[in-house]
Amino acid sequence: MRIKDQWNEQRIYSSRTFAALVIMGLLSLSLLAKLLYLQVIRHDYYLELSQGNRVRQDPIPASRGLILDRNGRVLVDNEPAFQLELIPEQTPDLPGTLQRLAELKLLEAEDIAPLTRIIHSRRAFDSVPIKLRLTEEEIGRFAVHRYQFQGVELRARQTRHYPYGELGVHALGYVAAVSEDDLDRIDKPGYAGTTLIGKLGVEQAYETQLHGLNGYQQILVNAQGRSVKFQGAYQPDLQAQAPVAGTDLVLAIDLPTQQAAEEALGERRGAVVAIDPTNGDILALVSRPGFDPSMFARGLTRNEYGSMVNNEDKPLLNRALRGAYPSGSTIKPVMALAGLTYNIVDPDRRQFCNGEFHLPGSSHMYREGKGGKHGEVNLVDAVARSCDVYFYGLAAQLGVDRIASFAGQFGIGALTGIDISGEKPGLLPTPEWKKQAFKRPQDQIWFPGETVNFGVGQGYLLVTPLQLAHMVAMLAERGRSFQPRVVMGMRDARGKIIRSDPVAGRGATGISEVNWELVLRGMIGATTYGTAAAISKDARYTIAGKTGTAQVFTVAQNSKYNANTVAERLRDHAWFIAFAPAEAPRIAVSVLVENGGFGASAAAPIARRVMDAYLVGSPPAATTPGAGTP
Amino acid sequence: MMTDDNRDSAARRTFSATARLLSALKLDGPLLVGLGLLTIYALLVQYSASGQSLDTILRTLARVGLGTVAMIALAQSSPNFLRGLAPWLYGVGVVLLLVVDAIGYVGKGAQRWLDVGLIRFQPSEIMKLAVPMLAASFMHERRLPPDWRSLLALAGIILLPVALIAAQPDLGTAVLVFAAGALVILMAGLQWQVITGLALAGAGAAVVGWNFLHDYQRQRIRIFLDPQSDPLGSGYHIIQSQIAIGSGGLFGKGWMNGSQAQLDFLPERSTDFIFAVIGEEFGLLGLIVLLLLYLFIVSRAMFLATQASGTFARLLGSSLALTFFVYVFINAGMVSGLLPVVGVPLPLISYGGTSVVTLLAGFGILMGLYSHRKLVNS
Repeated sequence: MRIKDQWNEQRIYSSRTFAALVIMGLLSLSLLAKLLYLQVIRHDYYLELSQGNRVRQDPIPASRGLILDRNGRVLVDNEPAFQLELIPEQTPDLPGTLQRLAELKLLEAEDIAPLTRIIHSRRAFDSVPIKLRLTEEEIGRFAVHRYQFQGVELRARQTRHYPYGELGVHALGYVAAVSEDDLDRIDKPGYAGTTLIGKLGVEQAYETQLHGLNGYQQILVNAQGRSVKFQGAYQPDLQAQAPVAGTDLVLAIDLPTQQAAEEALGERRGAVVAIDPTNGDILALVSRPGFDPSMFARGLTRNEYGSMVNNEDKPLLNRALRGAYPSGSTIKPVMALAGLTYNIVDPDRRQFCNGEFHLPGSSHMYREGKGGKHGEVNLVDAVARSCDVYFYGLAAQLGVDRIASFAGQFGIGALTGIDISGEKPGLLPTPEWKKQAFKRPQDQIWFPGETVNFGVGQGYLLVTPLQLAHMVAMLAERGRSFQPRVVMGMRDARGKIIRSDPVAGRGATGISEVNWELVLRGMIGATTYGTAAAISKDARYTIAGKTGTAQVFTVAQNSKYNANTVAERLRDHAWFIAFAPAEAPRIAVSVLVENGGFGASAAAPIARRVMDAYLVGSPPAATTPGAGTP
Repeated sequence: MMTDDNRDSAARRTFSATARLLSALKLDGPLLVGLGLLTIYALLVQYSASGQSLDTILRTLARVGLGTVAMIALAQSSPNFLRGLAPWLYGVGVVLLLVVDAIGYVGKGAQRWLDVGLIRFQPSEIMKLAVPMLAASFMHERRLPPDWRSLLALAGIILLPVALIAAQPDLGTAVLVFAAGALVILMAGLQWQVITGLALAGAGAAVVGWNFLHDYQRQRIRIFLDPQSDPLGSGYHIIQSQIAIGSGGLFGKGWMNGSQAQLDFLPERSTDFIFAVIGEEFGLLGLIVLLLLYLFIVSRAMFLATQASGTFARLLGSSLALTFFVYVFINAGMVSGLLPVVGVPLPLISYGGTSVVTLLAGFGILMGLYSHRKLVNS
């Protein structure tokens, strides 16, 4: 054993002890600094994080407002249904989870990609609906495999219920799952917990009112995301906010009238619009074929949607608002008013109709619509019996500019301003329009012959059933006009109905009482001795109306149109417009039957049934909900 | 006045009686007080962190009891006895580590335990004492500071068990065993230039060693550098513990009122991450009290070591004292985000494991070294 230098060792040891204490002190200070940073400087930040950790906002969806008819009958309400919801932050393996749901046939494989995008766009703690309206069998299938699906829950939520099925679907609209596009527009936090959003019609136009305000309940959660009452001695301070239910909407639509219109149109393609001319209330709005709105609330499969889109009857097309057709002779009352107002015609002068009309210096023949001859007709007769030859001449004399400006006063070529979206303006042709619409210079010229066609509602002129209903309502009110409205008011929480005031339109002015009277006589004539005489049979009120037949297919100069030989899709569209009672109008109706042939036979009886339903209250066959398609 | 005097003298009598008892048991009063206060603190926090489990408290008390027995027993042993014991303890420890590694290799998984019937026993715990004992014993016979040959031998003594423990794999214990041995060398006066050189070489080796780390170990280091990179996976621990500490603020949320701890957001809350529970429920104040208690214990232990006689006693004593601090610093550092997450419990506060017994045994050795100082000198 070597001699040890005790003194040197003592010195080394002391200096090392000192160094160790210094290093220990420095390390302690660095630790203290870190703790000061965490607990003092960043305290608020971490406090908020710990708050967010333990408290979860559980949204309480507001109950969606009901939709009622004008007499308070429920057209749309809510019913409970089970749906699958997924909370992103609690789902460890999102792609795998969706994949396994698809394997269980609870999701469609092709829905996974869009669904994933929707899930990513929502907040991590929001519950996102991924499958709506599960059937009993699907609930069972999920329940058995529930252990595989952490973060996916089966929840009872309210869904939309349409007790009358297809009835009025194009007016009421439908609701469907909130889509990616919707998410860009809506206030996302406000829709946390909301499954369905209005997509069309009233459901869409009044989404804000119907939706209400979602509430929330703060719940205490542990790290596994489970709700806990309390844990240990820890007592939280939790807040809650009750939801505010959506507003119940009162529609102007009258259920029996709507039912009558749907039944009368039946399986034919077409549209019916009935308006209260005194205030613009839409009493019935039908476009057929329709579809069952609850399919969307349940969630359509791609196939179902595809078959609806590709259906050549176009059930998704709202013909009442978006279907644009030549007006046919229904424009004649307006033409007559124009002729009278511009003093082009002497109402008492009789003209001879031999079934043919030629413009001066032209050999082109304009044929009487039905190929008949009316003999001597005055203005009233010409309207009542729909004499084309009379109006060919009238139009030629008026000229296109005066026709267009006069028709424009009755809303032709313009949006009516109805309170649901999607309406089309149709087309009011003018020489200026033609210049812009066509490319080739030779097509840009307005020919006099086109003015002649315009006079009987053919050619370029296009109108929608809603526009014609609006027009005939103005005829009924002698120029007074109101914006058509599907929603008349709302019902507040105490059940009181608050009506909103009708909104007046510009109206048609400068037409004398005498002239109104003449045209009215013509329209009453149409339903008494004229083209639609059959519809006044046994009527307990006077009807003023006008038939129309819109050509789909132009008949060659030297041949005759024969309804029986022309393919169904090429047959003329049948129009009928009317209002009643003629002396104090309460309802104005326009009816379009696609490829229905003559207006008088195809469309007018439908209008009669609608007016009966509203004015007389003739009992419709089925007033019970769910009786199937009318 | 009379009564005051009487009471005063009564108190004095009690005090001197206690002192005599402690002296007879070769225990150190101030260190015992520090350890006692720390144990009370531990029981308070464990009760809250375990979700008011009385079972936890009883188990801890049992371990503390076992540790106290070990402490009193080791306090009786003389430095010479310990020096004689060192090679045997070390040898047995290495053999047991080999057995554990072999079992782990066969069983294709991490293996740290030996199941000896009644208790499960971690051989790596033995090395926490055996490595500094053998290293100090080695230097006791040699001149300070260590020369190159001694250094090489010491490196062998330290790195063999460290490698075996790291292979289990148990990075936390390996770090502590390494620290216990390295501190002996540092206290023995290894030149600063050599220390710097070794540190640089170590850094170089770390770069190379990165390739030999287990994936989960690499991941821990990556997550340490950027916890937010994996908030729901490996980074979860450290994010949640920082939230717990930070949200505690100055005075804390109150005993049993830490939402992070009580609602399970904080993982390992009664074991490795119990420091965060204290930070959340007792705030900065509670942590400072804890750190002061630790510093008092380490300082008193260092004092005992400096007073001990002989190279072996001083080196072993100061290594044990400083390793205790390293323990605290690594745990507090990892929980607060200052250091990467290595599985090191907070000494005497974390629940479970055999570390309570080893730690108290270490303090017993320290007290023994101190109380035997005159015997060696005379």
